[in-house]
Amino acid sequence: MPFKRYVEIGRVALVNYGKDYGKLVVIVDVVDQNRALVDAPDMVRGQMNFKRLTLTDITIDIPRVPKKKTLIEAMEKADVKNKWASSSWGRKLIVQKRRASLNDFDRFKLMLAKIKVSFRYTPYCVYPFYTRVLFLKNLPQNFNRSLTSCNTVLQRSGVIKQELAKLKKENAS
Amino acid sequence: MAAKRKTPIKTRNPDLIRGVGKYSRSKMYHKRGLWAIKAKNGGVFPRHEPNPKPTTAVEKPPKFYPADDVKKPLLNKRKPKPTKLRASITPGTVLILLAGRFMGKRVVFLKQLSSGLLLVTGPFKINGVPLRRVNQSYVIATSTKIDISGVNLDKFDDKYFAKEVENKKKKTEGEFFEAEKEDKKKLPEDKKEDQKAVDAFLIKSIEGVPELKAYLAARFSLKSGMKPHELVF
Repeated sequence: MPFKRYVEIGRVALVNYGKDYGKLVVIVDVVDQNRALVDAPDMVRGQMNFKRLTLTDITIDIPRVPKKKTLIEAMEKADVKNKWASSSWGRKLIVQKRRASLNDFDRFKLMLAKIKVSFRYTPYCVYPFYTRVLFLKNLPQNFNRSLTSCNTVLQRSGVIKQELAKLKKENAS
Repeated sequence: MAAKRKTPIKTRNPDLIRGVGKYSRSKMYHKRGLWAIKAKNGGVFPRHEPNPKPTTAVEKPPKFYPADDVKKPLLNKRKPKPTKLRASITPGTVLILLAGRFMGKRVVFLKQLSSGLLLVTGPFKINGVPLRRVNQSYVIATSTKIDISGVNLDKFDDKYFAKEVENKKKKTEGEFFEAEKEDKKKLPEDKKEDQKAVDAFLIKSIEGVPELKAYLAARFSLKSGMKPHELVF
C-alpha cells in the first residue's frame, strides 16, 4: 500500500482543525518536518501543522511561495473549485452542510418525502392499524393482508408478474 | 453686586510653577482691592442678610421608644421592565411548545401581552391548541414564519384570560351530604367565536404553503441522533 497523495508544493489540502476548519488550502512551502506554509485566496498565508491538514487528490502548478495573484490564477487554471465540488468527497461535504442547515420545517418535509418514496416498497402489514384505514378503499379485492405476505400497497408493475409466470412455465415443462 | 467686566479677567496671580503663584497673600489682598471695599463699608466687610429659614413644625418627643433598635428596610425604587422578547420571535413565527399539556405542539405566535406572556394559537382546527398564553422560556422559536397581517388582535389582553370568579354557595346540612354537583364548565360562546375569527384568516395563509398544515398538526420530538445544540430550528 504505497502512499498516493504526497505533500508537495501545489497540493491542495482540507483543514480539519482550528480557526480555518473546512477550508481548502494550498501547500505553498514546507517549513520543516511537521509544518507547511499554507495559502488560500481568502486567507493570509501562514504556517500550519500537517496534522491539521488532510491531503486531497488535487494539485496545482505553482512555483514555491507564489504571489497571491499567481496563486489565484493557478487555482483558476486548475479549476480547483469545480474539481472539488464534483469529487465524491467534496459532494459529501456539501450534503453534510446542507443537512446541518435544515430548518425544523425542512426536516419535516424531508421526512414526508422519504416516506413517500419508501411507500412503494414497504409491505402492507408493516403499517400500523390506524394508518391502514387511509388506503383501505384503494386496495384491490384480492389483496392478501396476512402478516406472511409481503404485498406492497401499490402492487408492483406487471413486469415482475410476467417474469414469475415465465419461470413457472419453465418449471412446469 | 459689582459691575460685570466686558472682557473676562486674566488671572491676577499668574503661576510661576503649577501650584505656586507669583504674588503672596498680602500682595493679592492689595491687588484685589479688598482694602478699598472695606474702606467703602466703614472698615468692615459687607455682609448680606442670610435668607430666612423656612419655619419647621415643632417636633414632639415620641411617646414610645422600641426596646431594640429596629432596622428600617432599604428603599427600593425598582420598576420592573416588560419581558424582553427574543429577536427570533416575531408575529407569525411558528413556535414549539416545550412544556404543559401541549408539549411538542407547533403553534403560531400572535403577539406579546403586557404581562410578558406570548399569545399563541394552534390554530385550533389544525392541532387543538386554542388561543392561549405561553411563557417565552418554554418555547423554541423556529425560523418558519406565517403572514398574520390581516388578523385583529386588539381585544386580547391578560384580562381576557383571567379566571372567572365563582360565587361560593353556602351549603345547608342536607345539601352537604349530597354528591357534589358541579356544573361542567363550558366555554362561553363568544370565546369560541373569537377563536374562529382569528383562525379563519390564519388557516387560509397556512394552506397557501404546501405541507405547512401537516407540519403544524404534527408534534415535535427528539429522535435518535438529533443533537439539540446542533439543530437549526
